[in-house]
Amino acid sequence: MNAVAVHTSRSPVRRLLGFNLLSAVVLGAVGYYVGWWLGHQIHATSLDYFGDTSQNDVALFLAYFVGTIGFLGGLGLLNYPLSRMAGRPASADHHEEDHRGWTRYIGFSTDHKVVGLQYLIGIGFFVFFGGINAMLIRFELLRPSPNVFPAGQYLTLVGLHGTMMMGMMTSGILGPFGSYFVPLMIGARRLAFPRIEALTFWLLMVAGVFLTSTVFYGGFPTGWTGYAPLDDQANMGMDSYIVFFALVGISMTLLAFNMLATVITMRAPGLSWGRLPIFVWSVVATAVLNVLAAPVLVTTLLLVLLDRTAQTGFFLSTQGGSQYLYENLFWVFGHPEVYILALPGFGIVLELLPVFARKPLWGYRLAVAGLLGVTLLSFTVWQHHLFVSGLNASLRPFYMLSTELISIPTGFIFVCAMGTLWRGKIRYDVPMLFCLAWVFNFFIGGLSGVFLSDVPSDVTTHGSFFSMAHFHYTIMGGLVFTFFAAIYYWLPKMTGIQLNDVLGKIHFWVMFIAFNSTFFPLFAVGFLGQPRRVVTYPAHLQFLNDWVSVSAFVLGASMLVFVANLVWSLVFARIPAEANPWEAKSLEWQVPTPVPSYNFERIPVIDSDPYPYGEPAPQMPTPALTPAVTPTGR
Amino acid sequence: MVATLLVIFVLGPHLPPGKGSAQAAGQVTDNTVLTAIMTPIICLIVVYFAYVLIVFRRRGDDTEEGVAIRGNPRVQTLWIAGTSALVIFLAGYGTWALLQSGSGGGQGPAPIAVPRGPKLPVQVIAQQWQFTYRYPTFGGLETSQLVLPADRMIEFHVTSLDAVHSFWAYGLGVKADANLGTDNVVYVKTRAPRSVDIHCAELCGLWHGYMFDKGQIVSSPAFVAWIGQQQKVFRSIAKYMPPYRTSYAPMPQRRAG
Repeated sequence: MNAVAVHTSRSPVRRLLGFNLLSAVVLGAVGYYVGWWLGHQIHATSLDYFGDTSQNDVALFLAYFVGTIGFLGGLGLLNYPLSRMAGRPASADHHEEDHRGWTRYIGFSTDHKVVGLQYLIGIGFFVFFGGINAMLIRFELLRPSPNVFPAGQYLTLVGLHGTMMMGMMTSGILGPFGSYFVPLMIGARRLAFPRIEALTFWLLMVAGVFLTSTVFYGGFPTGWTGYAPLDDQANMGMDSYIVFFALVGISMTLLAFNMLATVITMRAPGLSWGRLPIFVWSVVATAVLNVLAAPVLVTTLLLVLLDRTAQTGFFLSTQGGSQYLYENLFWVFGHPEVYILALPGFGIVLELLPVFARKPLWGYRLAVAGLLGVTLLSFTVWQHHLFVSGLNASLRPFYMLSTELISIPTGFIFVCAMGTLWRGKIRYDVPMLFCLAWVFNFFIGGLSGVFLSDVPSDVTTHGSFFSMAHFHYTIMGGLVFTFFAAIYYWLPKMTGIQLNDVLGKIHFWVMFIAFNSTFFPLFAVGFLGQPRRVVTYPAHLQFLNDWVSVSAFVLGASMLVFVANLVWSLVFARIPAEANPWEAKSLEWQVPTPVPSYNFERIPVIDSDPYPYGEPAPQMPTPALTPAVTPTGR
Repeated sequence: MVATLLVIFVLGPHLPPGKGSAQAAGQVTDNTVLTAIMTPIICLIVVYFAYVLIVFRRRGDDTEEGVAIRGNPRVQTLWIAGTSALVIFLAGYGTWALLQSGSGGGQGPAPIAVPRGPKLPVQVIAQQWQFTYRYPTFGGLETSQLVLPADRMIEFHVTSLDAVHSFWAYGLGVKADANLGTDNVVYVKTRAPRSVDIHCAELCGLWHGYMFDKGQIVSSPAFVAWIGQQQKVFRSIAKYMPPYRTSYAPMPQRRAG
């Protein structure tokens, strides 16, 4: 490599003044106040509907908007597009090694491995915040009558928890592990659009800060669904929700296009679609969902923004609009969204089971068909969220059928997992434990979904704690458990340091037991008639609610065990990880640790799928020995 | 087999939402059928995993690998056929149950499952943050308490004056969203006198958690007596009330700002 150590030659002052996080925060704050000021100019001169209140949604939207531009500009994300627009030649920045040391993790980086770790830390931070909100919600529900939080604050907690978790975990796998490992798994040296990759990460972080700032503007009362016309009544805190989800939507779309372009065009020679690791297939399926669903969300929120500022009435039936339109558009996005959360989890489980069962993936094609089947069907089921809404009663049987049909491809994934374990040599390492927990949790989540997909049964369960328990089983039990499986499995490759096994197992068992102890009783709570999102509930449900709250606190404590493991292993113990601690045969484990700047000295040639366990496989992909057959940069 | 029978005969009768109405009883049956179908599947899967996880575990530091089986067309075909048949049965059964009388769910202004015979129309008006009830066949009487006669087919018309609410009469097995400008129709056949818990089941703003009350199912004579007494009270304010309609369009509601 002809690495040019440009960055190291800068003086400390020069580095402080350059494009970095500090400049970004400063310019972001400046942008925020410029937008705020601009909004008040507009208000004062043209529109006079704010009356004599201090509420000015235009100002807040502009503040968020200009603030975002300032932040991205400060980071240096605008340099390249601006210089290209000015007619300068394409820069070759990404051909240089990044010599910034640890500071590259707090700035704009085009290295997919840096962005992957940035994603993991950033998302982890905001998800921790969302988890604390959950703890506060459960604290409030220790008593049937109001306990600590007034009703308005309680609703904001519910909304913040739901929205933060949904928004962040949408990219929870594709962001960290997709960015880091998809190029490694397909034998590429980078992602197709490295700058866009960095943009998606920083947009998500900006979004997270904006959503958190809702507490300064009175919070929002709508939960993560943001139904009209309640969202139009709400005060300025609602604007934080709108901007958050719109930025998340843009980030998701770009991230997904990047993944699709990378997988379609940059696979190593010999890596046919039939040899693609199943995790990469799940990334592809998720990316397809992302690019088709997320723009609907962004557009819908733009219309909400207009309803709230320019007095349009898209979703207001008193002004010729329709709240049903909002519900439809939201769930056209919202249902694929839950599969955007679930599919990468499927991919991780099927990717890891062969490694720990020491067997090839059972039914590879069936698994791919399952992923693609879920992708396709998930666009046809959204009105099951509206079974009692009074909308399109004649379509109920169709949506009931389509919703139940989706359990067929989901079943494919399940049977592939079952088949992979058969006659294996199962190793119960920490990542495997989390994968097996997925099997258990997702099974319960899937079966409880049958009650919600069946209209007569849904009449009782809809909008109750039953549906809340169901989607926590599928999303937390499904996605978050596989998220941890992925962390324990891949973090040794990402950091070069092994995690403590004993703490990992304590984390797993406490989390698994507490999770089930938290959410299983909630099926009963829902069945017994407690609606979601209430600050009060009937006195006879107190025992169950208290049981759930205490379990939830233990569940929260299990996360502290995980954090302790991270701190202990990464900061204090620092035991170097082996290059391939799980003896995995997939490509990402064949590169050295730490992964070199360009991943592969020479592009590997692939001659089998990544699961040749139990088979004589003399021709392992050996990057160093295989001649390069593609141009560099791929 | 034993587990399935236990589910049907022991657990089944206790499944929600109880048998307070024909529709609620239908939901109990539906829930029992679903649970009964799942039981053998759950048993099979649990046995399979218990077997696999114990028998096929690695022993000691064994480095031997598993058997390289990459699939089994017969098992795969059987699985696909089995799950497909199950799913189509479930959808068919659910559709049949739904078409009986709407299963207590809101069917909107154009219901697809309309029971025969006379019905007592009762309007449910949701607003932030309470339900009120109008009886159009009794002069548009509006009350703050829901009282219904026993053993009668009720035709609820659910609407809202502001945000989206959801009228959930738990013991009757009724749930229907209340939307501004929309008439959401639900049919329910009441049974014996009892009280019914009513909640709002759709997040509707600040005091959503407080939007609950209790309704009463009473005998027919008691209902007639109650209506007569309410009409007397209502007479003095009737002239200030808007005439009965299936939905009401109040002034556009905007934030103060």
